[in-house]
Amino acid sequence: MNDIYLDNNATTKCDPLVVEAMLPFFTEQFGNPSSLHSFGNKVGLALKNARKSVQKLIGAEHDSEIIFTSCGSESDSTAIMSALKAQPNRTEIITTVVEHPAVLNLCEYLETEGYTIHKLKVDGKGNLDMDEYKSLLSDNVAIVSVMWANNETGTIFPVEEMAELADEAGVVFHTDAVQAVGKLPIDLENSAIHMLSISGHKLHAPKGVGVLYLKRGVRFRPLLRGGHQERGRRAGTENVASIVGLGVAAELALQNMEHENTVVKAMRDRLQEGILAAVPNAFVTGNPDNRLPNTANIAFEYIEGEAILLLMNKMGIAASSGSACTSGSLEPSHVMKAMGIPYTAAHGTVRFSLSRYNTMEEVERVIEAVPPIVAKLRKLSPYWGESGPVENPEQAFAPVYA
Amino acid sequence: MWDYSETVKEHFYNPKNAGAIEEANAVGDVGSISCGDALRLTLKVEPETEIILDAGFQTFGCGSAIASSSALTEMVKGKTLDEALKISNQDIADFLDGLPPEKMHCSVMGREALQAAVANYRGEEWVDDHEEGALVCKCFAIDEVMIRDTIRENNLSSVQDVTNYTKAGGGCSSCHEGIENILMEEMQARGETFMPGAIQKKKAKPAAQPLVTLETPEPAAAPAAGGMSAFQRYKKIEEVIEKVRPNLQADRGDCELLDIDGKNIYVSLVGACSGCQMAAMTVGGIQQKMIEALGEFVKIIPVDKAQYAAQLAQKQATASA
Ligand SMILES: Cc1ncc(COP(=O)(O)O)c(C=O)c1O
Repeated sequence: MNDIYLDNNATTKCDPLVVEAMLPFFTEQFGNPSSLHSFGNKVGLALKNARKSVQKLIGAEHDSEIIFTSCGSESDSTAIMSALKAQPNRTEIITTVVEHPAVLNLCEYLETEGYTIHKLKVDGKGNLDMDEYKSLLSDNVAIVSVMWANNETGTIFPVEEMAELADEAGVVFHTDAVQAVGKLPIDLENSAIHMLSISGHKLHAPKGVGVLYLKRGVRFRPLLRGGHQERGRRAGTENVASIVGLGVAAELALQNMEHENTVVKAMRDRLQEGILAAVPNAFVTGNPDNRLPNTANIAFEYIEGEAILLLMNKMGIAASSGSACTSGSLEPSHVMKAMGIPYTAAHGTVRFSLSRYNTMEEVERVIEAVPPIVAKLRKLSPYWGESGPVENPEQAFAPVYA
Repeated sequence: MWDYSETVKEHFYNPKNAGAIEEANAVGDVGSISCGDALRLTLKVEPETEIILDAGFQTFGCGSAIASSSALTEMVKGKTLDEALKISNQDIADFLDGLPPEKMHCSVMGREALQAAVANYRGEEWVDDHEEGALVCKCFAIDEVMIRDTIRENNLSSVQDVTNYTKAGGGCSSCHEGIENILMEEMQARGETFMPGAIQKKKAKPAAQPLVTLETPEPAAAPAAGGMSAFQRYKKIEEVIEKVRPNLQADRGDCELLDIDGKNIYVSLVGACSGCQMAAMTVGGIQQKMIEALGEFVKIIPVDKAQYAAQLAQKQATASA
């Protein structure tokens, strides 16, 4: 039996059509797109097509609004640093407590450089408080950076509405849409979003290529200066093969948008319902009514995520966890902490993230496999009795901190 | 994922002695739910002989926490309590054919559960004195608490110092930014500023050796620094210390040579000169005399004698990891 891959929010498999389109750019089509001769010319044309295809996927008004970068993280850094450089008198940043480290760690670093970082809190379901957001918008704010969809829970933020508010207040609005692009329809021409980050490897393009969308007219300062590539906004000879791959992936994502939101969503729903029906003391984290169609994050109480993943891996099932152990840190995922999920559940969260390559048959196999794994680990757990949690679990087992 | 040994995997997939012992007369509960690892160890001890007849574990934790718990129960069965208490966390890790550095704390938890269970059996109260911080140096598994404590105790002021004392940063060097941030905070707290260069000052390169020598040169005895043998050098160092002692004693202080590690000379300062403003001047003075006498650069490092001995023991334990 084939292994089952349910970790598509971490990265996705390259679509075979993407790989096929890329191959010539490692062999015959090796020219530098900046060169005048015919070797470079055709390559330049391929870049142009890729740009058009990305433009179409996110509904950008102009293809010159698409800047190719090396990854989602570079796009995030470019956006935030540009806003700070272009407006040196503005020293505040608004973001959220649940951002990806690509934004959060940069902001923490900027804090040590003297910037003020406002991190919007979330409630138990991972939703923002819009009043808190409104109260923070001011002339001191250089940029708002809020993710479109959360990578751990799939919870969607109202970024279009938030961008309107920022735009009215004269504040630059950036969104890390790495998890949203390809899964949700996006129409940037008719939105107030000024900057948006994409990462190729989350939508079946290769790793190491990304995009920063930059609305025409928004003041910009490059992160990498040097050659005139990307109209001088991102120096460095283009990663042509990967950009071509991303172009094809964007086209395929647009074609599969409906599939993602019907078939993939139905598989996700079946998976979640199947597991919750068979496993007691388990619940969905984040906002189940407003999230990505491919993601279900389930907390299994009183057991730890890495142990779950290891046993799932043994059965050929790949997923990921917000436990401290899987990240090598001392605390469970910052997203679970921010939502106030108790430690006994936060360490036992498992993220299942699907793609168009999964099948309903695989989903049924996972539904079969997970309950015995959870039961096996609970039998080892000091919080678990014969057939359920011990009475008053937190008091029955209160270890001395070691 | 993690690089687990086959033995770790075996103990995780098929744990031994899972569950609580029915007639347990010793229980140890340790761990931290915030960190995601906690363990209850139950033992059945024969009162006459204090032999552990049976052991069971219940663990909330990752693969290596479960494997460490399983290993621990296997190791203690049949031992007397006193024998069992001699098991170190390194013994548990060795039993499992090693643990990744990020996971060494799982073996620490096992040993502490054992201590707690024995204390429980003997009607004593077990107090944990072990504090754990985020792992900073992954090459040598050194955490933040250890680094901070060492910086504070020894007034360290460079990444190199931290590496010399704790080994942290001595491997791939990717944690140097983290160590610098800790240094910056700790030095600020004691009123100093941390101002390193971007790269370390290079020592003058030794004259290039020809890559190929046609004739095999005579094997020469390696000359020690300053042209002294190690023994001569040690004598010289001792001599300098002896020379400064009368001065210090006159001020109701004293100085004792503890250890020599390459260019680091560890001393303990006692009496009036320790812990005061004078200490720094005293150290500077001794260092100057030492450099003159030896003809090489050395560093005099004042340390607390008891703490240094403890640290040395710990270093040796990690070094054998
Ligand atoms: C929300 C989010 N932002 C940014 C990134 C980083 O993207 P990349 O790996 O391309 O740098 C990721 C990927 O893990 C992500 O999920």
